[in-house]
Amino acid sequence: MSARDRTPMFESKSAAMRAVQVGFLGLLLGLWFIATSVTQVHRLLLPDPPQVWHEMQRLVVTGELWRAARVTLLTVGQAYGIAVASGLLIGFCVSRSRHAVRLLEPVLSGFFAIPLTLFFPLFILFFGIGTASKLAYGALYALLPVALASIAAFARIDPLLIRAAAAMGARPAALLHRVYLPAALPGVLSGMRIALVICIAAVLGGETLVSTAGVGYAIKVAEELMEVARMYAWLIFVVLASFALNMLLSMAERWSVEP
Amino acid sequence: MSPAPTDRERAGVVRIEQYRDRTGGTTSGSDAIAISAQHVTQRFEGSDRQHSVLALDDLSLEIREGEFLCLLGPSGCGKSTLLNIIGGMTKPTAGEVRIGGRALIGPAPREVAFVFQESTLFPWYTVIENFAVASEFQGRKSGWEERARGALRAVGMEGFAGHYPNQLSIGMRQRINLARALFLDTPILLMDEPFAALDEQTRMVLGEDLSVLLARTGKTIVFVTHSLAEAVFLADRVVVMTARPGRIKAVSAIDEPHPRSPDFMLTPRFSEMRNALFALLRDEIRHTVAEMREARDERAGSNPDV
Repeated sequence: MSARDRTPMFESKSAAMRAVQVGFLGLLLGLWFIATSVTQVHRLLLPDPPQVWHEMQRLVVTGELWRAARVTLLTVGQAYGIAVASGLLIGFCVSRSRHAVRLLEPVLSGFFAIPLTLFFPLFILFFGIGTASKLAYGALYALLPVALASIAAFARIDPLLIRAAAAMGARPAALLHRVYLPAALPGVLSGMRIALVICIAAVLGGETLVSTAGVGYAIKVAEELMEVARMYAWLIFVVLASFALNMLLSMAERWSVEP
Repeated sequence: MSPAPTDRERAGVVRIEQYRDRTGGTTSGSDAIAISAQHVTQRFEGSDRQHSVLALDDLSLEIREGEFLCLLGPSGCGKSTLLNIIGGMTKPTAGEVRIGGRALIGPAPREVAFVFQESTLFPWYTVIENFAVASEFQGRKSGWEERARGALRAVGMEGFAGHYPNQLSIGMRQRINLARALFLDTPILLMDEPFAALDEQTRMVLGEDLSVLLARTGKTIVFVTHSLAEAVFLADRVVVMTARPGRIKAVSAIDEPHPRSPDFMLTPRFSEMRNALFALLRDEIRHTVAEMREARDERAGSNPDV
């Protein structure tokens, strides 16, 4: 039956789940307070919450947060855009032939299983230490889950629906727009969600290794200067941003599956 | 068919007599040929010559305008293949199909509409959006909504325009598939076991509605079925096909005017015609079963592990 019919129950359940999640965060915060006030954890390992809060405010007020975030988000956006567009295209083309799927699907999932982080020095070699290397690295890494999800999603479309559309006179463009894309959307979106997480991790990781700007770079600099409270402040911003993005994407995914 | 009280049966017989009086015994209107299949052969190539399958063997068939023709035959006899060839969805290995005198070279969305065994409504669109997309595919956008609502009304589904297909039962979905095919407003309707996935009761009700509905539209219909009762109840002519390779074994006319009442099924004439069809079909079914058994033994013989 429709999702609409069970909305009230669904909502109260998700409200309860939210409460548990918020409670969990509260618990973590409480433990942090206790760890810094009662126990003797060294300040360099774990600064106390007010100190970190102060740093967070400072990063916002001075505009440092925005400057670094803009660089990182721009790189992530570009890398993600390239990954999604080319992953979709590769996925669609490969899914057209059963032989191509059998040939290329294992190759792509094999690549995806390799920890590409180890190849980052190669990216620096080819693309230099600027934005290009982390862009290429993020794009390539995030492309794989999109391509894999697209192959599966496009190859699984009910052939009878395509025949029915052809019998009604559907032209290729209409077929793509009305049948292929909507049919594959839920599968593609779940691949896109994984890809976004990977893309952010790849770009931030790249920035901490070799870069001159961005959030990853800022975290690395704070660490090198022993500004631990500032480092924690950055990390909290990254965690919050990841939560927000993930929530947006799962909302999009849910919307695409309903009803 | 379930037994019914004899007084109802008697009433049914009387009613059929009345029908016959009114229409003078004619069943289908014109003598013009709507669909003509000439020497159609279909061979599906396998991995090598031995595994290629001859599905249809030099089959010729003419279907009159406004005729309801049933293709009846054992499974795998090429009924659906023939239907797909008639609809321009499969190009035959040899032979040709003419629709309204013109040779068919591909799908003919303005001439032919399909209803398949499984629902082919797009699950990501609502019922009414499915009609919009169908008219977009066909290239006839003007006045689509009015026509769509009319078609939904004709199958009694006007209240479900805003629903998504998976919110509806299989029977309701099949009604809407039928409505969409009517909405496409083609002179020819090809139906590939449209009721096969339904339970017996829904099947009977839908069959009855179909008879009433199609008597009004005057479309030429080719209907593939496994069911003897369905064939006798709906068709003007039943084409019985042989086991593979598909050829025409016999053609029998069902001389009964449309729309047909369910009481028709209770008449002795109905049973006689059904039994006659079954006698024609029985040998072919035995043949198919024997062939399947042979193929299985052969596989088991060459591959003792299985």
